[in-house]
Amino acid sequence: MTSLPSPAMKKLGLVIDLDTCVGCHACAVACKEWNDGGSFGPLPDADTQGAKPDGVWFNRVHSYEVEPHARSGCGGGSHDNVGGALPMTVHFPRSCLHCETPACVTVCPTGASYKRAEDGIVLVDEDKCIGCQLCSWACPYGAREFSAQRGVMQKCTLCVDRIYNETLDPADREPACVLACPTRARHFGDLGDADSTVSRLVAERGGYALMPELGYQPVNRYLPPRPRRDGATATPAATADEPLDHAKLSPLLRWVDRVLSR
Amino acid sequence: MRPALSILFFTTLSGAGYGLWMWLGLGLALDAGSTPAARAPLLVALAGGFLLSSVGLLCSVAHLGQPQRAWRALSQWRSSWLSREGIAAIACAVVALVVAALVWNVADAVLLRAAGGILAAMSALVVFCTARIYASLPTIAAWRDPRVVPAFLTLALGSGGIWLWLLLAGSGVDGVPSTARALALAGLGFVVAGATLVKLGYWRAIDAAPVAGAGAATGLDRFGHVRAAENPHTEANYLTHEMGFVLARRHATRLRRVVVAGIGIVPVGALGMAIGWPAASPWLAALALASVSLGSFVERWLFFAEARHVVMRYYGAHSGASTASH
Repeated sequence: MTSLPSPAMKKLGLVIDLDTCVGCHACAVACKEWNDGGSFGPLPDADTQGAKPDGVWFNRVHSYEVEPHARSGCGGGSHDNVGGALPMTVHFPRSCLHCETPACVTVCPTGASYKRAEDGIVLVDEDKCIGCQLCSWACPYGAREFSAQRGVMQKCTLCVDRIYNETLDPADREPACVLACPTRARHFGDLGDADSTVSRLVAERGGYALMPELGYQPVNRYLPPRPRRDGATATPAATADEPLDHAKLSPLLRWVDRVLSR
Repeated sequence: MRPALSILFFTTLSGAGYGLWMWLGLGLALDAGSTPAARAPLLVALAGGFLLSSVGLLCSVAHLGQPQRAWRALSQWRSSWLSREGIAAIACAVVALVVAALVWNVADAVLLRAAGGILAAMSALVVFCTARIYASLPTIAAWRDPRVVPAFLTLALGSGGIWLWLLLAGSGVDGVPSTARALALAGLGFVVAGATLVKLGYWRAIDAAPVAGAGAATGLDRFGHVRAAENPHTEANYLTHEMGFVLARRHATRLRRVVVAGIGIVPVGALGMAIGWPAASPWLAALALASVSLGSFVERWLFFAEARHVVMRYYGAHSGASTASH
């Protein structure tokens, strides 16, 4: 049924820390590996060693350069930061946000796309999908990719076949991307519960939703990068404080230092 | 958005078919079908509309990854415009069959007028649903424009009207000058002129719309100017292939001229000449049809190809283009 369920108490989702993500793509690879063999797989690839490799991934990591406002103006404009902070690199993993009002679900003509009432996970029933691809057009976040090989739409499942899997050790009942992250930049939990670890993290760090103006009400949150040290002022400060013990120098170098210091 | 041939043929052909049925239904409602002499041309026209809409719908099935499951698309009419369109299309075909049976049996005039009215309304409903599939997507600003639904409806009516004109002129019905004939041709002229004006307004609106980039999409714009430094993949993927189509925006001006000439200037000229020169009507109708077919195909190609999808913001305002063209 592609009509949306009444809003659930439980909203499972991810919180992604843009401050600590190093852009290693481990989440993307771990996701591909698990889901290729998981209940919603396979995720076939085409022409892997050829000229035009192609395949479905549920997770894509972008990298951006953020030029602070003061330096980005091209001639003129207000420059309140003339000293100039260095540009900041931000790695940005992009996957399904398991929105509360996802148009990808409501546009589906077959009922293959659905949002689970019990935990809010958005899934595709690959036995019902006709491959019309309208849902991928309806998603602003690029979460859905069409598999040309299988003729159906595929997307992030929030590892629904892991998180409830009682054959796994309880510590492993988390999405593959979360477990794989070497910097713990990904957190999984219930964003509908204000006291959950992820909700508290969002509150502490000012976590935000992507493109809220489109009205999809994403569940996933992104934690903004913390302010970086100012490169222009930090470097000279470090060199000025460098200690030099004259007593330890050889007589020749002590003389050189004395001459050069005049 | 990538202009898939299956969808271009689907929307233009089925649009023309339903447009033809709109005129035919309207004509029947205004009591054009009560004489036995009108039987053959009416059946030919009904069959023409059936052929156009069916071929169009078959083209749309070719777009599916799992076409054998197409029947499932009829289930979600509560939320999906695509599902509603499928149901409306089938209902419309049933109405057309009823109208054909009534025409064949030279049925009661009141009954035929009512059925004609229903056929016109149902045909308009199908085209409305088709347009709403696109107009209801919040991700594609160019398709949210309020002119999208009128553009689909007027172009369907215009191209369908020219099909009907050719079928009637070819059947030898359209030869005797009369006030009704002149009015019908002039009405058709106003419709194609209207369709052209709607498109001109649409293009002006989408050209003026601002284009947002990665900063807005990532929420990082509060820290500074956001530039895509590295994309997640070195080759094109489904997203950049499907939603990162840039060729059209480069050639838009020239292609728009083709549309204006194709759906507007040439058909209006041909209709004007046909009013004063009934003998040449079949040839003028054929010319107008060739022109409007080319024009609506290019129009629909541009409708897809010019539209920007929000997801391309993640690939940077312009870097998505280079990824897609690799």
